[in-house]
Formats: sequence, C-alpha cells, structure tokens
Amino acid sequence: MRRMAIATRLSLLILACVTAIVVLVAGYAFESSRRTMVDMARENGALLAQSTAGRISAQLQATAKVTETVAATLEDADMRESDLRDLTRRILFSNPGIFGSAIAFEPHAFQAGRRFFAPFSFRQDSHVTSTTLGGADYNYFAMDWYQLAKELNQPIWTEPYFDEGGGRALMVTYSAPFARVTPRGLQLTGVVTADVNLDWLQRMIASIRVSDNGHVFLLSRYGAYIAHPDAGLIMNETIFTHAEELHHPSLRDLGTEMVSGRSGFIEFADFPGVGAAYVSFRPLPDEHWSLGVVLPKDELLAGVNRLTRVMAGIGLAGFAVLAGVVLLVSGSITRPLRILTSAAAGIAGGDLEQPMPFIAPGDEVGDLAASFERMRESLKKHIANLTETTAAKERIESELRIAHDIQMGILPKTFPPFPDRTELDVFASILPAREVGGDLYDFFFVDEHRFCFLVGDVSGKGVPAAFFMAVTKTLIKAVAEREPDPGRILARVNDELAADNDSCMFVTLFLAILDTRTGRLGYGNAGHPSPLLLRAGLPPERIAGMEEPMAGAMPDIDYSTGTLDLLPGDALFLSTDGVSEAMNPDLELYSDDRLLETVAGQARAGARDLVLAVSASVTAWAGDAEQSDDITMLAVRYLGPGPGRPSPS
Amino acid sequence: MRAAFLTVILVVLCGAAQAGTQRLVLHWLPQAQFAGVLMAEEKGFYARRGVDLSIVPGGPDVNVSRHLAEGRAEFATMFLSTALERRASGMDLVHIGQIVHQSALMLVARKDSGIRALNDLQGRRVGMWGPDFQIQPRALFKRLGIEVEVVEQAPSMDLFMRGGLDAVSAMWYNEYHTLMSYGLDEKDMTAFFFRDLDLNFPEDGLYCLRATYERDPAAARAVAQATLEGWAYVFAHPEEALDLVIRRMKEHKVRANRAHQRWMLARMQDIILAGGAPRLNLDRPDFEAATAALVEQGFISDPPGYADFVMEPGP
Repeated sequence: MRRMAIATRLSLLILACVTAIVVLVAGYAFESSRRTMVDMARENGALLAQSTAGRISAQLQATAKVTETVAATLEDADMRESDLRDLTRRILFSNPGIFGSAIAFEPHAFQAGRRFFAPFSFRQDSHVTSTTLGGADYNYFAMDWYQLAKELNQPIWTEPYFDEGGGRALMVTYSAPFARVTPRGLQLTGVVTADVNLDWLQRMIASIRVSDNGHVFLLSRYGAYIAHPDAGLIMNETIFTHAEELHHPSLRDLGTEMVSGRSGFIEFADFPGVGAAYVSFRPLPDEHWSLGVVLPKDELLAGVNRLTRVMAGIGLAGFAVLAGVVLLVSGSITRPLRILTSAAAGIAGGDLEQPMPFIAPGDEVGDLAASFERMRESLKKHIANLTETTAAKERIESELRIAHDIQMGILPKTFPPFPDRTELDVFASILPAREVGGDLYDFFFVDEHRFCFLVGDVSGKGVPAAFFMAVTKTLIKAVAEREPDPGRILARVNDELAADNDSCMFVTLFLAILDTRTGRLGYGNAGHPSPLLLRAGLPPERIAGMEEPMAGAMPDIDYSTGTLDLLPGDALFLSTDGVSEAMNPDLELYSDDRLLETVAGQARAGARDLVLAVSASVTAWAGDAEQSDDITMLAVRYLGPGPGRPSPS
Repeated sequence: MRAAFLTVILVVLCGAAQAGTQRLVLHWLPQAQFAGVLMAEEKGFYARRGVDLSIVPGGPDVNVSRHLAEGRAEFATMFLSTALERRASGMDLVHIGQIVHQSALMLVARKDSGIRALNDLQGRRVGMWGPDFQIQPRALFKRLGIEVEVVEQAPSMDLFMRGGLDAVSAMWYNEYHTLMSYGLDEKDMTAFFFRDLDLNFPEDGLYCLRATYERDPAAARAVAQATLEGWAYVFAHPEEALDLVIRRMKEHKVRANRAHQRWMLARMQDIILAGGAPRLNLDRPDFEAATAALVEQGFISDPPGYADFVMEPGP
C-alpha cells in the first residue's frame, strides 16, 4: 500500500497533536467549571432550603408560641363557658395567621355530665364565627389534633389536612395539652388548638424561582407533599407512593432520607418531572417536615455548556485555520521534492534529454536536485557509449553467425548422399553448440569403389577453430583424392596444418577408407576417440586404439594405418567427445557406457535411426542444461558389395 | 290522633321513596374497597335489573345500621360480625349477599418495638377502632388471656407513627399500605392476620331490613347480583376501575392516591375471590364459626339461625 504523502502525514500529525491539546484544555475547563457550578449549586440549594425553612418555621413557631401561652393560661384559670369562647375569638383577632382555635376538654372535665365540650372559633368570610365541637357525629377524642396531644402529652403539629368546611384549604393544627390540679393530682384537662391555613406557605414556595424548571417542595413528617408545583400531588401522595407509582426507587430513598430529618445533596439521573437534577434538602425540625430544592442539571450547567460550546467553536475555527496553514507550509516545503520526483520519474522512464528543473540550491532538496542533474548527465554519456559498443558487438555477432552458417554449409547435409550406391548406408549429424565450435565430418568417394569418411574435432572454439576446421576439411579432401592410405593422408594433412601454425591449433581426426567391393577398411587416428564397431550378433566395441597424436600441432609425424574387414551388415559409429561428455543439469557426463548401451539397442538399425536414437538419448540426458560442445555423429553401415538395401531392422 | 296521622303520612312517603330511588349506604368512604359497587352503578348494572339505586358514601361518622333503621337507606354494606351484633341487639337485619370471604383485619406493630409474637402484646397500648372492629381483637385477647391497654384509634395512623401506640388495628387493603406509604417497609412490621388466627370473619356483605326484603325480594337479589357483576367487571378491568375509584374519591373530596388504591384493589381481589370465583353465598361453616365465636366471647347471646338470617341470593 502506498504511504501517505509527506505533507499529508505532517499535517495530520500536527493537527492530531493540536486537537488532543485543545480537547484536553476544553475538557479540563468543562470539568472544573462543572465542579464549581455543582459546588455553587450545593451551597445555593442549601442556603435556599435553609432560608425557606427558616421563614416557614418562624411563621409556624409564632402560632405555636401563642397556643402554648394560652394553654399555660388555662392551667390555673377557672373560666366560664363564655370566657372560653371569647378567648378563642381573641386568639383569632390578635393573630391574623391563625385560622381557627379550639379549647377542647376531656370528658366531664369542664362540667360533670358534659362528655364533649370544645368551644371553637374560626374565620368565615371576613368575620369570626364561634361554635362548639363534639357530639355523636364528631367524636374529637379520637381525632388526631386532640388524641396526639393528649396521648403524647406534649404540644404537637398534626399532619396537614384538607379542611372539610373551610373551602378545601390545606390546614395544619398545633395542639397543646393543658392540665389542672385536681383532687386526684395533676390531670390532663384538655387541649388548645390553633389551625393554620397553609395557603401562604404554598404561595410562598410557589413564588420561589429555582432557575426555569426547578422547584421547591415540602414534605410532611410521613413524606406527604405539602407543597409541590403539581397540585395533584399535594396531600394525595406521599413521596413513597409517588415513588411506587413511578417505580422510582431512588425517589423512595430520597424520601427515607428526608423524613428521617437529615440534610443532604443528592444527584438524580431522572428526577420526576425534571430529568437530571440535584436535590438539596433540609429538615424543619420543630414540625418534622422536610424541604427539598430541585435544581435541574441542564439549567445549572447551561453556562458551563455554553462556555464549552464557545470553546469548542473557537477550537474548531482555530483548527480549520491551522489546518490551512499547515497544509500550505508543508505543501511549500515538499513542492520541490514533488517536482524532483516527477523529473526523476522521467529519468526512470528513460527520458534523459529533459534537464532537471531548477531548484534553488542551499538546502537538502537543492543538493539532491544537483546530484540528480549530475547523475542524468553521466547516465546519458554512459548510455551513448553503451549504444556504440552494443552496435559493434552486434555486428561481430552477426558476422560470426554468418561464419558459422558458412562453416556448417561446407559439411554434407544431403541424405542419403549417394542414392544410387547400394553398398553403403551413411548418416551424419552435427548439433552445433551456441558458441561456434570446430567439429567436422565428411565422406566422399575417392574413386569408383573406395569410400572415405572422417570425423574430427578442432581444439578451441570460435572463429579460429572454424577456420582451422574448414582448412582441415579442404586439405583432407584434396589429399585423400591423391593418396590411398589413411595413415599417410593424416601425415600429409598434419604437415600441411603444422606449417605456419603459429597459433598452435590442432585437430583430432579419425579417417577411414572403405573398399566397397571387399569390405576392407583402412583407417588412421590422430588423437580421436575410437569409433564403435557394430558387428552382427556382437555387442558394440571400440576399434583397437592407435594412440597417435592429434594433427596440426607439430610436423613430421608418421601415422599408421589400421585395417579391418567389414562383413555386410557391419557398421561403424563415429562421434566426437561432445557425445560422451554431454552433461545433464546435475553436471553428470553422458559417458561412454551409456553411449555403448544406446548403440547396442540399435545394433541392427539403419544409419539414420542409429544416429537419431543416440541424438535423442543425449538430448534427453542433457535436458535443460546448456550444450557446451558440438555433438557430431557419423554412422556407416556396410551393406555388401552387390546391389541391395539394408535389411529392415 | 294527630301523631297517628303523621305516622301514616310518613309511612306513605317512605313507601313512595322505596318504589322510586333506593339507596345503598357504604360503611366507609368511597375507595377501591367498594369498586364493585361503584362500577355496577357506573355501568348501569343496577338499572339494568330494574333497580334505581343511588350510592350513599359512608365515613367515620356514618353508622350504616342507623341509616337502615331510620329509613335513610334501604341497603347497606356491613361486616358480618357487625350485622350479627345488630341482629342480636334486636334489629331485624337480613343478609342478602356476601362479597368478601376472608377477613382483612389485622394488628400491626413495628418490629423495632420488640413485638414479634402475639404474647409480646401483653400490657401494650393497642389501637382499636369503634366496636365493630373490636370483636375479633377482643375475642383473640380473651382466648390468649392477654391484657392490653385499648386506645381508641383515630382514622389516621399518626399516633402509632409517633410512638403513642405499640400496635394498631389495620385493614390489610388500607391502613397497612398507609404505613407503607409513610416509608415503613413490610419487613419493618410485624403483622397478625385474624384470618390466620381462627377468627376469619367474612367481612363486607350486603344487608337490609327484613321488611325491605319481604316487600321486594327481587330488588334485593338484583342489588346483590349487580354488585357481584360490578366486581367481576372490576377484576377484568383493573385500570378502568382505578380511574373510576379515583374520580369518585375526588368528587367526594377524599384524598385520592393511585398507588394506595391500586394496592387496595389488588388486596380486595385476594379476599373477595379467596382463591375461587366471585360468589354471593355466605358459607354456612363461616357463618357458624363467626356466631360461635361471638357467643363464646359474650358479644351476643342468642344467635339467629342461618336460614332465618341469610336470604337466598338467587341464581
């Protein structure tokens, strides 16, 4: 995969670092401002709860004090019925905060025979009305306002309740017991009550603004809602039933905390009607009520969120500007490199004519450009040289190829060479190596009956070997036509070759002359591998070696002539060392043994089949290995003096 | 002479009233305890049976037997024990249909007061409501030989909550949940159910004076049947029933708390069905056990016979 451009990588790296720094800074700023805001909310919530609770308590305590004072007055006063009624009216006249007041007596405590006696005054419309409570339908002894004060024998605030007669006003009653000394000792005599309308309290709490969506709520001793923005909850629900209906366990936990009289600050993920919020709460100890302040989290953190948004906006804009600048700068730094790259690509593509673009020297890129220019020039020069040399080489090679073709051209290639001669079956082949070599073969009739054939191998390779081979062949033919003895032919040829042979080249030769009338074979051997003799019914064997020197190296060598009588059907197989020394890819030689075996398999074949079988065997052996020497083979089968064809094998 | 004339006038007027609208007085404020009655009225189950019935809500100061006696209502809901006592005290009441077959009355104490077993109540202050609700607890204490200090209990649980009482009477479907709504957990409370203490008095039943019944037995049967149909409908449609109950409560300016009414309705289902189908018949063994307990504890001396007290509610 291609890597990104340097400019892109550089830009991305810088921008990533800058982004990380900006996010870190903004994150820290957000977190620390959030903490500050939450701390402030905790403080403000606590202060608000405290001041509100204080105001409520102050109002209610005033009522409590009045009631207790009246109770104290009643402990020793011995008042008449009308005095008591007036007292309840006076309480209302002098305490506008008190809605109603009763002085309720224990059974028969006010007067023997009066089970119920409870003068009661209350506000109705704009004046005060008085009545007497108690009777079969109103058994106040089992009413909380009476029973709680009596049974607990202490002043109490009742649970808030809706007044049935007073226009559904939410009321709460303070009840204080009073006792008198009787013959049986100090006895609880009755209870003084003051009813307080809680409208003012609800109005006051409703008027408290806690951001846009926050609110204050007030719980009674048992968690009943006394004040809440949702009027439907007031006195209908306790925080516990509210939690039960909403399946909201953490609201129930808050209720438990609040009714147990503790103060606190709790975070809510989902406060009913508000959502994420903080709730600050504190008790009103005298009434055992609890006040809660709900601070919506989103409004609380609105400022922080706005700040964070602005910071993010600035960061984003800065990022964009920075991205532009970084791209511009990194682009300008790498522009010469890009120019250089495309110019170098031109060179790589072979275009050495285009000069390198000018890049101001002085920095690394400039130096690189100068180096490239020098490289281009020297490459150009080098290639010019190379072109020249290659042309010369190609010319030489072409001439060599022609020389080789000529060399091969002088060897007889037409088979059968003498279609009208029935005494002989002759076939020869030469597989030239890639490099020009010096193998040769030849055959011809020196007169009507005598057939001369030969195989030779010039030392060395190349043009000199080819020339030497051509000379040798021409010489032999010239000499053989005038000289019948193979040994002497070789001696003559040797002398001719050795004369003026400054380059000390030589040639191995096997030369034989067969008299087709008799089958007598005369032969001479100048350092050449002996041919194989194939006689009917016998395994092939090499002709007894005449270890005489190769021709051409030195003059005046006597070569002997061996003789051999061929019977009709006998054959000779001549080859150069290119056969037995052919190598396979593992550099193993084809070897004499393998040659003998192959030839044995073709003992009765025609000359052509014999040569081709050996040739196929050698080619198969060599496989892909390069042929290093010419492979030359010549087979001659004597068919007998008379007319006739070789018997089919 | 003049008095006799007035009596005739009154009887004629009452007769006229009975031929037209009839009234069923409930023995407590409207709430889910009476959802079947409210639903039967709402759905016209009474009207469909040819009874033009209006519901008279009860309350702390409503004495339903007095309503029947004074002709302010023709039919009433009542506890079996209350009805037997009234009958024994000379009021000619008859039973025309049993709604609740299991007692929901219980005593509740706070675990932290150390009360774990009944015997722990010895010498403690126990809240009890009016006489109707004292029959079972007094019978129990008598049987166990326990002396308790009985304090007349206000409708609220306030005195108990503030520690002024060691145990309170409660209805399983009502005050027990009120205590829960004050933040007490069930695990914080010790509960004694009378139904588990051989004092399972079948509670809410339908009653009328024998004269009312004999004047029009079909109407009495219709009231009972329609009420039963109302309950069957309520159990099949609890949310609709809750809505109706809350609406009626608000109309009568009673504190309405949906969670509380939901609990009440579920518990009513428990004690009305008592593991079976809705039915009106008062089981004779339950009746006899209740009368026997009342006689044994000395609340009544001359129990009525089953056949004389229980009118056949009809098919």
